[in-house]
Amino acid sequence: MDKNAKLPENETGAVLFNVEPIILKYHYEIDYLHSYAQDSPFFAGLAHGKLLGSRCTGCGHVYATPRGHCMECGAATAWAELPTEGRVHTYTTCYYGGEAFLEETPFTLILVEFERVDTLFLSRLVGVEPDEVTIGMPVRAKFRRNSTFRPTDVYFVPL
Amino acid sequence: MRPVYMIGGGITKFAKAHPEKDFRLMVKEAFDYALADLPRLGRAEIDGSVCSYFSDHFTRQLKAGAMVQDYLGLCPKPSRRIEGGGATGGLCFQAAWEAVASGRMEVCLAMGFETMSRVNTWKGNEFIALASDTNFDYPVGGFYTGYYAMMVRRHMHEFGTTVEQLAKVAVKNHRNALHNPYAQSPAALTVADVRSAPLVATPLTIRDCCQMSDGAAVAILAAEGAAERLCDRPVRIAGIGCGTDAMRMADRPHGPVLLLPHETVADYAGLRYPGVHSFRGGRSAAKLAYEMAGIADPGKELDFVELHDAYTSSEIQTYEDLGLCRYGEGGGYVDAGAPFLANLDYGLDFSAPGRWRRLPVNPSGGLLACGHPVGATGLMQAVFAFWQLQGTIGKHLGDATLQLAEPRRGLIHSHAGTGTYITVSILESV
Repeated sequence: MDKNAKLPENETGAVLFNVEPIILKYHYEIDYLHSYAQDSPFFAGLAHGKLLGSRCTGCGHVYATPRGHCMECGAATAWAELPTEGRVHTYTTCYYGGEAFLEETPFTLILVEFERVDTLFLSRLVGVEPDEVTIGMPVRAKFRRNSTFRPTDVYFVPL
Repeated sequence: MRPVYMIGGGITKFAKAHPEKDFRLMVKEAFDYALADLPRLGRAEIDGSVCSYFSDHFTRQLKAGAMVQDYLGLCPKPSRRIEGGGATGGLCFQAAWEAVASGRMEVCLAMGFETMSRVNTWKGNEFIALASDTNFDYPVGGFYTGYYAMMVRRHMHEFGTTVEQLAKVAVKNHRNALHNPYAQSPAALTVADVRSAPLVATPLTIRDCCQMSDGAAVAILAAEGAAERLCDRPVRIAGIGCGTDAMRMADRPHGPVLLLPHETVADYAGLRYPGVHSFRGGRSAAKLAYEMAGIADPGKELDFVELHDAYTSSEIQTYEDLGLCRYGEGGGYVDAGAPFLANLDYGLDFSAPGRWRRLPVNPSGGLLACGHPVGATGLMQAVFAFWQLQGTIGKHLGDATLQLAEPRRGLIHSHAGTGTYITVSILESV
C-alpha cells in the first residue's frame, strides 16, 4: 500500500465557457469505416464517368438512385446505365447548410428526372445563377476527373 | 384493445438554450407540473414510461432515457426509448397508447426532451441532416431545409402555391404564440417581414423555418378506470395512425392517392402522387386514425389541429394530406383564412371566406413559434390538445385567448424526415 499515492497532474485543463452553470467545451472526433456495401458499383461507376441506376429484374421498375432490391416487388435489381441528360424536376439554392457544407454555400440542389426512369436523382447544379434555374430545364451530367467516391462525383450543368 | 385516455400533461418553456438545467431536470419539471395538475396521481400508480429523444449526437449521452427514468424516481418500473426523427414525440405518444391499450399498463408516462443548444446551429443542422440517407442524400445536400425547399418548389409548380401563402402560415403561427408563454419565438409579423428575412434555401426564408430548441414535455395516459379515478376531465384518444415513405424523397413513386372517406377518385384525376409535393405517409397516418375515430370528413368533424409545421411549406402540404382541403388547395386554404383563429387580428385580409369551415391549425403557435426540441415536440402537441379539450388553456397559459369554445375533437400530427415517419392521433373530449 502507498498512502502517498497521487493521480498524475497534467496541463490539459478545461476550456471553460461559463460558470453557474459550468459549461465546458469538448471536442469530439471519430473516424468511421463507412461501407457502401451493395451500393459500391454506383460509386465505382462514377469514377468511370457512368451514372448507374437499378432496374428491377422482376417488375422492371427503374430507380435513378440505386437500390439492390425493388421496393415495388422485392426482387433483386440489375445495374443499368442512366441517360446523361435529363430535366430539372425541382430545385433550390441553399444559402445556409450543415456545418460541413457551409463553405460550399450558396449551392443549388436539383432533383433530376430522366426519360423512362421511374424515380428522381438528387444532385448539384452548377454553371447557373439561382434565378436562372427553372423546372423542366434540360441538364447534362458531368463527372469529376479525380474521384472522391462520393455522390458529388457527378453533378449537372445546363444543357 | 381497450380505450385509452390522456389524464395529464406538462411542458417546459421551449428556448434556444436552457444551460442551467440538463435533460433530466427539464423532464422532471414537465413531469412535476403534470403531477401537480393531477393531485390524485402518485408516482406509485405510474406503471412505466416511454422516453423520446431524437439524437444521441445532441445529448452526447447514450441511453439518456434511463437517466430520466432514474431522475424521476421511476426505477425499477419498465421503460424504453423511442426514436423516429422528427416524429419521435408522436411515436412516443402512440407507444404509451399501445402500452395502455394492450393492457400491459394502467397508467403510462410518455416523456420526451431534446437539448439542441449543446452545439452551434450549423452543427445541429448537420446532425439533423444525418437523418437523411448518408450514402446518397447527406453528402449532396446535407441540409433538411434544402430538401423541403425542393418539395415546396414542386408544390408551387404543380398547384400555383405562392410564397405569400407560405408567409401567411408564419404570420398565423407566430401571432398565435403571442398568447403562449411556453413558446420560444412569439412575434407579430407581416408577410413582408417573412419575405424580407434572410433566405435559407430558396424560396424559404428563416421565418419559414422552425428553430432548434431545448425543452421537454410529458403526457400521462391511462386506462378507463384509472382515468375516471384520477382525473376530473380526462380526454379520450379516439384514434391513432402512422404512415411511412421512402427515406430518399427522390425515390417517391407515383400512384393513386390514398382516398379519405369524403374523397373520390375523380377529385384527383391526373394527379401524379405523391411525388415530392405531398406526404403519402401523412395521408396513411390520417386515414388509419380517421378510421379508428370514426371520422368521415375531417374538415367538418375536427375542431382544431396541432400539426408538425417545421416549415411553413410543410404545414400547407399537411392540410392536404390530412384532407382538410384537397391536394393542391393548401395555398387557397390559407388565403381563405380557414386555419386562423377567429378571435385574433392577423393584419391579413382573407379571400373566399366560408369556402372552408374555420378549423384553427396550430393555435399554440406550432413548431414555427414554439420551437422544436425534437423529442418533446410531439408530446408538446398532445399537451396543448389536452388542455384545449379540457378547456383549461386559460389556467395553464395564464391567458385564455387561444382557448376554443367547447372543442370536441382535435388532431395532433408528428412528422419525420421528408415524410418518412408520420403519426396522427385524434383526441376527443368526454
